Amino acid sequence: MIEMTGLTKRYGDKTAVDGLTVTVRPGVVTGFLGPNGAGKSTTMRLILGLDRPTKGGVTVNGRRYDRLAAPLHEVGALLEARSVHSGRSARNHLLALAASHGIGASRVDSLLELVGLTEVARKRVGAFSLGMGQRLGIAAALLGDPAVLLFDEPANGLDPEGIRWIRQLLRRLAGEGRTVFVSSHVMSEMALTADHLIVVGRGRLIADMPVDEFVRRGTRHQVRVRSPRLADLVALLQGPDVTVRDVAPGVVEVDGMTSDAIGELAASKRIPLHELAPLEASLEEAFMEVTGDSVEYHAEVAE
Amino acid sequence: MTAATIERRSPLDGVRVTFPRILRSEWIRFRSLRSSWITLGITVALIIGLAVLACWGRESHWPPRDPGEALSFNPTLQSIGPGAVFGQLAVGVLGVLLVTGEYATGMVRATMAAVPRRLPVLVARIVVFAALMLIVLVPSVFVAFFLGQDLLSTKNIDTTLSAPHVLRAVFGGGIYLVGIGLLGMGLGWLLRHTAGAIATLFGILLIVPLLAHFLPDPWPDNVIKWLPGGVGGTAGVAVWDTHPGAHSLGPWAGFGVLMGYVALVLIAAAALLRSRDV
Repeated sequence: MIEMTGLTKRYGDKTAVDGLTVTVRPGVVTGFLGPNGAGKSTTMRLILGLDRPTKGGVTVNGRRYDRLAAPLHEVGALLEARSVHSGRSARNHLLALAASHGIGASRVDSLLELVGLTEVARKRVGAFSLGMGQRLGIAAALLGDPAVLLFDEPANGLDPEGIRWIRQLLRRLAGEGRTVFVSSHVMSEMALTADHLIVVGRGRLIADMPVDEFVRRGTRHQVRVRSPRLADLVALLQGPDVTVRDVAPGVVEVDGMTSDAIGELAASKRIPLHELAPLEASLEEAFMEVTGDSVEYHAEVAE
Repeated sequence: MTAATIERRSPLDGVRVTFPRILRSEWIRFRSLRSSWITLGITVALIIGLAVLACWGRESHWPPRDPGEALSFNPTLQSIGPGAVFGQLAVGVLGVLLVTGEYATGMVRATMAAVPRRLPVLVARIVVFAALMLIVLVPSVFVAFFLGQDLLSTKNIDTTLSAPHVLRAVFGGGIYLVGIGLLGMGLGWLLRHTAGAIATLFGILLIVPLLAHFLPDPWPDNVIKWLPGGVGGTAGVAVWDTHPGAHSLGPWAGFGVLMGYVALVLIAAAALLRSRDV
């Protein structure tokens, strides 16, 4: 469980995180979504006590991170920025971190096995690919068998197989009852992985809700209708929030009514329907809709 | 990479951070970096190699043409001096690198996430580094002394540990080098950048004493004797000089001043480590 209350971080006159009040619960994968520069990495650093909050605070399992007796046992973190000395081997890197908590070499070796780095365990990390570095970071995060896991952009640098692997890993960790908090700016990835979403833009909380609810709320509901008596049907589709748009001859998209309502209305007037299809908005579209105004750096279009 | 189960709780009972465990972590960090051993090897090679070179050169050109030079000849400094002057740069760099290497690579984030109280890491790194340098460098200076005297004995111009001040000076050579290493480590914690910390350390040791010479009399002597080290007449060098000059501090006072600088830098670094973002 991670609890943020009014969490705020300023660097000079720039506010990176602005009054976040959020609870991240155990047992589900919580996605932490926002455009680049929205304050996701800063929030992760604040949780880990690497940065001190300017205002407000954050606790992990009810305590401030720097008051924990066994931090690696409570929280495992994969940060976006590399956190490994390039001159050390993967195994020695993990051994050094493990030693501070009295975690033994057998645990280190089993984690190297889990992330598939056993063969290169004694190679210098500097020679690792981005994906191998990411796997090492995941091994480090799992070292203390923590109840809370933070992953900052974990899919970075992984190949499709690696991405599938990490998705399964995140789901399994949450299934074991752990708190799994995953940041990403890739919405499609979150749609497949997360159960719950925390969306930020410019350091502020934009949404805190289950993924399906976010998709439902963040988009306009449209239904595609095709009918040989379209004009008769359209005449019936009147209401304060209903708009009808012609998209092709004999086809309209209706906004503001569910497909159920349209179907029943058509049946009651004996109007035949050749097509009645709710248009599912993707998480991507929902995200663009919701964060449209909060993107830190819009691409300037040259005139 | 397929789904191996992750063990829960049971094998990790009793897992928590303690100071002895942080010490162990720091020792693993030191020994698992090739650069640690290379830099330490260079330091030892300079201490011993330069003693052999300087004493071999001296005895092969003995007696000197200038009789005054023969009178002021100091066999102790001939053997341990060059190694101390050049070895201080190598051990200082080692002290810097052990800290700034973590900042440069980002390792420090993993370090401070594992020990979020931060200060025990700084203390443990100092303890491990100081202990290791004492174990390696103090004997190295003794080896340099004995090899040097062995060469000088061919012309009967050698000395022994039982001569006045010699044992203290030879032991002091190792202590001085450990002190400069700690000064480097302190600057590493303070500045967090390899180039900046090395430049600052070399500036303190080599450039500040030079600048002091430009001051009007009697300021050069009065300033130089309070500097931490680098060249003759400074507080640190008094620790390993058999006969510190009339303007210089005595060996114990010099040791006190050198350690004062080390303490000052480390206390400032510790205060900043607590308050700054990693």
